[in-house]
Amino acid sequence: MEKIAIVGAAQTKYESRKADQTFYDMVFDVTTAALEDAGLTLADIDNIITVSNDFLDGRTISSMAVGEAAGAHDKNISTVEGDGTFGAFYGAMRVLGGFRSTLVVAHSKGSEGNPQFISNAMFDPIYHRPLGLDTTSAAALQANAYLTRYGITEEQCAQVAVKNHGNARHNPLAHQPLEISVEEVLRSPKVADPLKLLDCSPVSDGAAALIIGNEEIARKAKTKPAWVKGVAHCAEEYFLGDRDLANPKALRDAAKRAYQMAGIRDPRREIDVAEVYDAFSYMEPLWLEGLGLCDPGQGGQLTESGLTAMNGALPVNPSGGVLSAHALLVAGLARLIEASLQIRGEAGAHQIPGVKTALAHGTHGPCGQSHCIWILGES
Amino acid sequence: MSDWRDEVEALTLKGQIKMPYTWSVGETGSRFLVALRDEQKILANRCPLCGTVYVPPRKNCGTCFADIGTDDWLEVGPEGVVTAFTIIHQAHPLQPLATPFAYAIIQLDGADVGFVHILKDGWDRLKNGVRVRAKFGIERNGRILDIDGFEILT
Amino acid sequence: MARRVAIIGTGQTHHRSQRRDVNGREMIHEAVQRALADCELTMRDIDAVVIGNMDHFEAINSVDTWSVEGSGGVMKPIMKVTTGGTTGTSVAIAAYYHVASGMFDKVLAIGWEKNSESDTTGAIVTCSDPIWDRYSYSGAIPSLATEASAYMEKYGATQRDAARVALRERTHAQNNPYAHMHGRPLTLDEILDSPMLAYPIKLGDICPRTDGAAAVVFAAEDVAEKLAPRPAWIKATAVRHTYSWFGDVDQRTGLESLERAAREAYAAAGIKNPAEDFDVAELYLPYSYAGLKWIESLGFCGPGQGPQFIWDGHTDMGGKIPVNPSGGVMSTNCIGATALLRVAEAAIQVMGKGGARQVPDVKTALATGFGGCWWSDVVILGKEKPA
Repeated sequence: MEKIAIVGAAQTKYESRKADQTFYDMVFDVTTAALEDAGLTLADIDNIITVSNDFLDGRTISSMAVGEAAGAHDKNISTVEGDGTFGAFYGAMRVLGGFRSTLVVAHSKGSEGNPQFISNAMFDPIYHRPLGLDTTSAAALQANAYLTRYGITEEQCAQVAVKNHGNARHNPLAHQPLEISVEEVLRSPKVADPLKLLDCSPVSDGAAALIIGNEEIARKAKTKPAWVKGVAHCAEEYFLGDRDLANPKALRDAAKRAYQMAGIRDPRREIDVAEVYDAFSYMEPLWLEGLGLCDPGQGGQLTESGLTAMNGALPVNPSGGVLSAHALLVAGLARLIEASLQIRGEAGAHQIPGVKTALAHGTHGPCGQSHCIWILGES
Repeated sequence: MSDWRDEVEALTLKGQIKMPYTWSVGETGSRFLVALRDEQKILANRCPLCGTVYVPPRKNCGTCFADIGTDDWLEVGPEGVVTAFTIIHQAHPLQPLATPFAYAIIQLDGADVGFVHILKDGWDRLKNGVRVRAKFGIERNGRILDIDGFEILT
Repeated sequence: MARRVAIIGTGQTHHRSQRRDVNGREMIHEAVQRALADCELTMRDIDAVVIGNMDHFEAINSVDTWSVEGSGGVMKPIMKVTTGGTTGTSVAIAAYYHVASGMFDKVLAIGWEKNSESDTTGAIVTCSDPIWDRYSYSGAIPSLATEASAYMEKYGATQRDAARVALRERTHAQNNPYAHMHGRPLTLDEILDSPMLAYPIKLGDICPRTDGAAAVVFAAEDVAEKLAPRPAWIKATAVRHTYSWFGDVDQRTGLESLERAAREAYAAAGIKNPAEDFDVAELYLPYSYAGLKWIESLGFCGPGQGPQFIWDGHTDMGGKIPVNPSGGVMSTNCIGATALLRVAEAAIQVMGKGGARQVPDVKTALATGFGGCWWSDVVILGKEKPA
């Protein structure tokens, strides 16, 4: 594979409601800021990938709202509907396939729609939608399957929420930096057993952009490049009943291929920091198992042991993760941006010292049906 | 110099996309729903290659990517075992009944995949591994909710 | 360095106004099976899948994950690409980059729509900006009608000229067993006598709504040469999604997005005189007037010369540059598949698999996509491997 890198990025602050900004405004802001971050101009950008979803935006052809805001006038452009990590993957393929650079931008405003109606529409209209399923109730089924399979406790999940909201206090862009106790998580209102309110990510408004470039663009950019060492994605079955919800096999497959591409033999030793898609507290340990960063069933103990803490051997979600800011579609791109900032050594107060290899993870579909894994490196 | 943006009233507009849809169930799914409606039976079909018994039945096996064909249909359930569940506390208008109620993934007797449906009561006895039985509604019109819900046995 | 990429197989459903016998997932499966059979592969051979449609036509949020059973995406990399009417070309171009990047060797591109499941116009009006355009100037027909009347005013084109385009599309569709309008020929008078929808567009001038799916297999150079006796090489792709607001489109000029995309793609593929260099074109013409004006934007003839070019028969079967041997969009319009069908049909022509609709000895073929806010995509295919 030719060398490509993330050479610039920007995120908005994540908030419950950005009343003063349209999609267009948010996308324009992060596009401009990402160019500034990279020290590049629009003339250096060959093509654009926008990431949007018609249900979230309440608009057919939702990409129409943001093309110009992303600087796409008279440029090649396309749109991925799904998590931002998938959009970034397409952007990377376009650089490998001949363009010098791709600007990838994702936006969403959870505040403008109804999350239950929108997520219910992800379920099959004949068999599952009439039951009233949404992503939270489906996740609760997965949490139940995972916790009972391995005897993982609700306390252990609560520890993840405490850790990630705590980490978010060092991230000025996070939506929900919180100093909370395990007790508070456990006592927070029940949503869908075993999930309580503080096990669930908030619904956020926000946007993020990043620039992927080839070596020429990486040289031209003023930033330290975060080189793409490996990237892969994979989806499993759709119907919840067809899947083993406690065993994320598509994630295992994607991780295996991403590690292979990156030449990683022992991810537990070689990965210095991971940003994973913890939309619910139980997801962080489950995804860490799928990523091979611990054995099946061992995820529950990682927070308690301190391994995944900021100062642990494998810090996970130093940014505060998705639990602390969840703008749909944007959240995976944010993981990738955070991983690139860790490589650059520019993550500010949540920088992990000496990061050489970083992992970013995005999911798409109910209960993490589809996953996209990125490995970034400093050389 | 003052910035007009500090003063402007940021307006919002209300809108709603409300659209009628008519989804084709397809022949395979129609046979399943018609059997729920007319015979109070839960039908499944079996992939000829891997042998997986699917409920609801499928036109093709997603794993083998093969047509399942018309022959290998069977009745599964109406009893089965709960393999995962959640009791729903947070209400929203798309739910078919008032909270609390439960969703469960049920391994119906004779099937190889789980079947997602509703439990209305019996929380004190609900755990993974418990046996349940489908209860059909009195008015049935060819929908998944022709099964009114599952009841915990014992 | 981008790898060379070719199309080695295509599949499509027999397009109909309504397919009650299958749900969306099952209809997708039908097209995929046919594409795999066309290049003698199985799903096991496919490395990745790209799928597209438009969310609000079936109200399925995240079609990529919902459809894996039908698309073949179980335990495969799959992503959804969607850009409105141009979705099909966007999906094709995405599949191209999957292979050109070196990441995947054999990639399946899928476009589909079950337009019978919703109110197509009800869904499409929501494409307009909810604050500025949705309540004033929205949906497909009003802005197309504006373009048509502006073109008529400028060049003196007539409703009869447009009807001649509609006649060509419908006549060609009789050679295509998959076309929605196969078996339903029309005469020029029938088109002219059809009811007026929005001046000057009549029912006979506009595309239908269709249930259908298309699938296309893209392969890397070494694989393509091994598997296909005559692969259809991708020579160039270019996309311009120039506008965000309908009011920004200047209808007094040519279709600017198409002119710009064509300029880039022609330069990349070495096309100097399109009417001579292309042997066939599958153009996304959603209504008849586009068949007059947009061939000018593509450089087949000069500004205002579209009607004469059409009446001279240059775009008919046997003409200088046959346009839409398949019958085009006006004969089949399963929207998310529509632009992919243009690419598939162009590939079919290059591969020589067109049957009754085959143009003899096709060396270079043009496919286009149209959608969104007057957006254009261009794909050029050829028999000769690109340099």
